[in-house]
Amino acid sequence: MSLKVPTMAEMTAQGETPDVLFWVGCAGSFDDRAKKITKALVKILNHCNVKFAVLGTEESCSGDPAKRAGNEFTFQMQAMMNIQVLNGYSVNKIVTACPHCFNTLKNEYPELGGNYEVIHHTQLIQDLINTGKLALENGGVYKGKKITFHDPCYLGRANDVYDAPRELIEKLDAELVEMKRCKSNGLCCGAGGAQMFKEAEKGNKEVNIERTEDAFETNSEIIATGCPFCNTMMTDGVKNFNKEAFVQVLDVAELIANAAEL
Amino acid sequence: MVSSILFVLLSLIGIGFFTFNILKIRSNIKLGRKIDRTDNPSKRWKTMLLVAFGQKKMFSRPIPALLHFCVYAAFVITQIELIEIFVDGISGNHRVFKETLGGFYTFTISFIEILSVLALLATFAFLSRRNLLKLPRLTMQELAGWPKKDANLILIMEVVLVCCIFMMNGADEALYLKGASHYTAEAGSYGFTISSILGDSFLVNLSIENLHLIERIGWWGHIIMVFSFLNYLPYSKHFHILLAFPNTYYSNLEKKGKFNNMESVTAEVALMLDPTADPYATNSESTAEVLRFGAKDVTDLTWKNLLDAYSCTECGRCTSSCPANITGKKLSPRKIMMDTRDRLTEVGDAMRKHGKDYLDGKSLLGDYITEEEVWACTSCNACVQECPINIDPLSIILDLRRNLVMEESKMPAELAGMLTNIENNGAPWQFSQNDRLNWASED
Repeated sequence: MSLKVPTMAEMTAQGETPDVLFWVGCAGSFDDRAKKITKALVKILNHCNVKFAVLGTEESCSGDPAKRAGNEFTFQMQAMMNIQVLNGYSVNKIVTACPHCFNTLKNEYPELGGNYEVIHHTQLIQDLINTGKLALENGGVYKGKKITFHDPCYLGRANDVYDAPRELIEKLDAELVEMKRCKSNGLCCGAGGAQMFKEAEKGNKEVNIERTEDAFETNSEIIATGCPFCNTMMTDGVKNFNKEAFVQVLDVAELIANAAEL
Repeated sequence: MVSSILFVLLSLIGIGFFTFNILKIRSNIKLGRKIDRTDNPSKRWKTMLLVAFGQKKMFSRPIPALLHFCVYAAFVITQIELIEIFVDGISGNHRVFKETLGGFYTFTISFIEILSVLALLATFAFLSRRNLLKLPRLTMQELAGWPKKDANLILIMEVVLVCCIFMMNGADEALYLKGASHYTAEAGSYGFTISSILGDSFLVNLSIENLHLIERIGWWGHIIMVFSFLNYLPYSKHFHILLAFPNTYYSNLEKKGKFNNMESVTAEVALMLDPTADPYATNSESTAEVLRFGAKDVTDLTWKNLLDAYSCTECGRCTSSCPANITGKKLSPRKIMMDTRDRLTEVGDAMRKHGKDYLDGKSLLGDYITEEEVWACTSCNACVQECPINIDPLSIILDLRRNLVMEESKMPAELAGMLTNIENNGAPWQFSQNDRLNWASED
């Protein structure tokens, strides 16, 4: 099944307005692993007939890594340009699969003139299930499997979203096993604050290794997460222990799309 | 009469010196940049009640929370007895509240005594956690030297204080039993839970002169310890017992993920993006205020950052939850706060001595906090989440980064590349913006 991915420009040309804008983000657009998450979310949106659009080539980096790296100029340039585009299309509601974009658009754009209702994709999917638009029969392929959820810092601590991804995992009829450090005590994957784009400072361990060990302690077959960067870090962590044949790292959107056989 | 004069003199010196130091610290905190934290007072009061008064965040670690609560509760309730000591001390009376309060007085003092015993046990537990069990977060490198001594000194002072209370009450009870109390000439018992046992068991065997001596040593020792403690606070990490309250009141009420907007940059970016803008029409007020981007020294930080630094108890919950520190990097959020306070004390003292424009050639960034520490942060907010009194080390780290990047152009080479990519092609990697939708048609 081919994906239907309308752009804002196309929709506007046809005189239509989407209900929600899907902000894909740089990772979701360019990173091979994250692109799969993007596609899984689009499959869900297509399946549920959600009237959405993407900005496509009009989208640009939200500016999150620039701001966390201390370059407020670059951040605000990016933000102002994005806000011009978003306001030009009169966007009201945005969904994104990247907690970094989510946080920046939701919390840091308003002061620069960008006011939108911003939700994380797990919140949107939760809503689709709760309103009966998406049904998972008997949980699907993940029934009874042990799944642990790694809280992305910019979703959890930064914005207090802990329940939406967990409720989705429970909808899979899977066994959700918490790591010893979870929710507000969750340990970072090591990618935030622009660390994704640089080597770590000298230490005795990589952060993602420490976090992967937390996940292994739960004996889960699947490490679920809700952030493309966490996904990369945890995937690398699993590979580091040569455990990729036994432990999968998947985004919650991928779990749902697979379980619904989309 | 002589003792009343002595008492009033001691009180005046004790309170006077404390006030002098408080004013000094207040002027240091006011060296910080402006930030408005007066909005939403009802939410602020609620935060203060829950987090400072109710110790809500302490209980994420139940054992130290319980121990701390014993000391905290004893400290708060003992203030009632302290009021009596003040009235007695000035008026020359003995246990002036006993007559008026009656049974409630016995209850209150008994309650204080029970809490004091719990506090004493907790204090020994704290001492052993630091010195025998050597808990990792309480024995880290940044605590070597003065911070370690400071922590132990506070605990020892608490032991002495509690001992004084029991010397005072125990000996007074024994005197009362013998009919030699200052309270009344008749023989009887105060009926306080702990001191009635102490008084009746071994103290009663001592002579009346010795008991009077012990009672007075306890009484004077107590009040001297109170004033010593009060005046030690401004020099110690223990200052949190006072500053926890304003510090939580002025908490950041926004979502933790929201990093502050730099308005001075907004004005310039707006100019750059608006071709019709008049470059001479900039808001002179906002540009005049900004001396430099980000923070190089403590005076570039906000007053709330500086209040945070004075409020820090160096408990190290932040550092023990910091992903960078856990994995052996140099960054320690606690050290960020300790460095900020040490540097602020230094800057404040130097300014008072040499005038407001004095520069000592040193700065927080470089002389206290290294670039390596600043760049190790993942901005995960674990330190902010963990702090029992809502201190925010992350906002200091961010402002140090801003200074490095926007003033000095100093940053890890990969980050410079990442920033160039964002500026050139709207993504942190080298991909063309025109390829942004390619994923939709790929298999």
